[in-house]
Amino acid sequence: MSRVISYRDAINEAMFEEMRDDVSIFVYGIDVADHKRIFGSTNGLVEEFGEDRCFSTPLSEDAMTGFGLGAAINGFRPVHIHMRVDFMLLAMSQITNMIASTQYGSAGKLKVPMVIRAIIGRGWGQAWQHSKTLHSWFAHVPGLKVVMPSRPYDAKGMLKAAIRNDNPVIFIEHRWLYDVIGEVSDEEEVSLDGCSVIRAGNDVTVLAVTWMNVEALKAAEVLKKYNVSIEVIDVRSIAPLDIDTIVNSVNKTGHLIIADYDWLHCGLSAEIATSVYEKAMYSLKSSISRIGIPETHCPTTRPLENEYYPNAIDIIRVVEEKMGIIDINLEGEEFYSYEKKFKGPF
Amino acid sequence: MENIDLKLYESMYLIRRSEEKIKEHYLEDEMKTPMHMSMGSEAIVVGVCECLDRTDQVFGTYRSHALYLAKVAETEAFFGEMYGKVTGVAKGKGGSMHLLAPEAGLMCTSAIVASNIPVAIGAAFANKQSKNGKLVAVFFGDGAVEEGVFWESVNAACLMQLPVIFICEDNEIAVHTNFSHRRGFDKLGQVIKGFNCHYYNSDSTDVSKIYQLTQHAIEKQKAELKPIFLHLKYHRYLEHVGVFEDYEAGYRDRKEYQTWLAKDPIALQRKKLCNLLGEVQVNTVENSVNLQIVKSIEKAKQANFPGPSVAYEDVYS
Repeated sequence: MSRVISYRDAINEAMFEEMRDDVSIFVYGIDVADHKRIFGSTNGLVEEFGEDRCFSTPLSEDAMTGFGLGAAINGFRPVHIHMRVDFMLLAMSQITNMIASTQYGSAGKLKVPMVIRAIIGRGWGQAWQHSKTLHSWFAHVPGLKVVMPSRPYDAKGMLKAAIRNDNPVIFIEHRWLYDVIGEVSDEEEVSLDGCSVIRAGNDVTVLAVTWMNVEALKAAEVLKKYNVSIEVIDVRSIAPLDIDTIVNSVNKTGHLIIADYDWLHCGLSAEIATSVYEKAMYSLKSSISRIGIPETHCPTTRPLENEYYPNAIDIIRVVEEKMGIIDINLEGEEFYSYEKKFKGPF
Repeated sequence: MENIDLKLYESMYLIRRSEEKIKEHYLEDEMKTPMHMSMGSEAIVVGVCECLDRTDQVFGTYRSHALYLAKVAETEAFFGEMYGKVTGVAKGKGGSMHLLAPEAGLMCTSAIVASNIPVAIGAAFANKQSKNGKLVAVFFGDGAVEEGVFWESVNAACLMQLPVIFICEDNEIAVHTNFSHRRGFDKLGQVIKGFNCHYYNSDSTDVSKIYQLTQHAIEKQKAELKPIFLHLKYHRYLEHVGVFEDYEAGYRDRKEYQTWLAKDPIALQRKKLCNLLGEVQVNTVENSVNLQIVKSIEKAKQANFPGPSVAYEDVYS
């Protein structure tokens, strides 16, 4: 049976259902059990499962990450939550030096069934320490799985799969997606290993990461009016990366735009572009285009913040160039902004 | 009934002789792994480990030869790992700095200073939740005390009242830097006593004293459920990494070594045992340990290296 709920509730349901079914799961992190409940995503958990299984911690990201590792190698399935991915940087040694290599270094004697949830991206006026993404940092390290679903269905199904998985999984959630509504399944897991074609098309492939899926679908809608058919692929899993789905699409369309949501330099978009050149260079009718965050820091004031983040218009302009369309008139088109919160359906 | 003094000696002797054998063979250049030798710390590690059940769990550092041999009490997988062979504890992937044997309670060791301390408290949390009665003991050097994660972990363990024993093996040197150049406070004990735990300290090299102190601390832990902090002094006999002395480097004084050597834990316990049981029985124990070590080294030398595919195994499950 499927129902339509918000991304926030999808995350919450996944945790609720998994905690109900498996007593080895506990959820913890800074302010996990306070009245705000991580933007509402941990609502009801402490009431249902008690303070031993849902608790707020000291402000000790480094130690509390190692704490999760210790519990994980002792038969538990911890879910550690960071309200901002920026705070997770305090735990990078535990994640990179310890968690990622524990199974390898023990020749398989130890497993680390741990999920680290991190909330990323644009809020409003959050500046550079509350707004990063950094998915490619994590995906760079062998031993970590890194997923970043954009739709409620995937958010719920992938979080359930992540919690059940015996590998450490970094689970990345964009704040603006929390209000998105969409269908979810009651019990179904969604694979942690694949891209998802969320809109089929023939002319240009847009590969979108996290929030950029919302922007890409909007761009596709606008471009349809100009008879350009966009295929949108949600790179919901970046480690491992499902390059075959991407290559198949490029073989069909011959044009690829990678719409990342992080700094371009040394980022995921470069990795994907290289892989596509390795596997499908002769299918390409134009060189691969990359959209993402420029080499600067996130500013606070709204006009500069708007400048900083990529959006649907950036995608449309690149498609114009690729397809030789001149100056699409965007007057009357409604794009997403913090003031006009996107609520789906998705 | 097994004589506890003999048991303590046998364990310490196994450690000392294993390391002496490492020294002896290291220059053959077949053990291609950086050696951080335990020599000098045997009384601490053995004294604590003998108080633990086999199912109790320990966590250590890159200097964990003693911890492995005390807790796991075997030498084949140990030397297999030193020689980088497929028979090693991690099929040769870890080497001297990453010994482990979860089945015997040595959960893991780590070469990033202090990084295993939070892992140990997480393991203790899991044990507490499981109500399985297991204790966790985490060993670290005095250098770890300067890491933020040490304080984060002590704070969290004391807040959550976890069944954990922190063991600071204090040799006053972090790599090559004396504590007087690293500390903004005078006495670690004074600071730790401010936390909700029980603090004990000793500079004894008498293994039975460490054993008794730990036993007392564990009784206290079981009764009051507070974490335990053992602050135990020793002298690192050899260089930070490697199998040689380094007193000529000038950062510490050989006289200090001589003072500690005069109360060497192995010599001390041997003397005690000879008086107690007679030298013949001590010799018998020693001979059996020596034979075990020689056999294990021989086996390790003859074992195969892991095949290339092992490099890619166990990255993901």
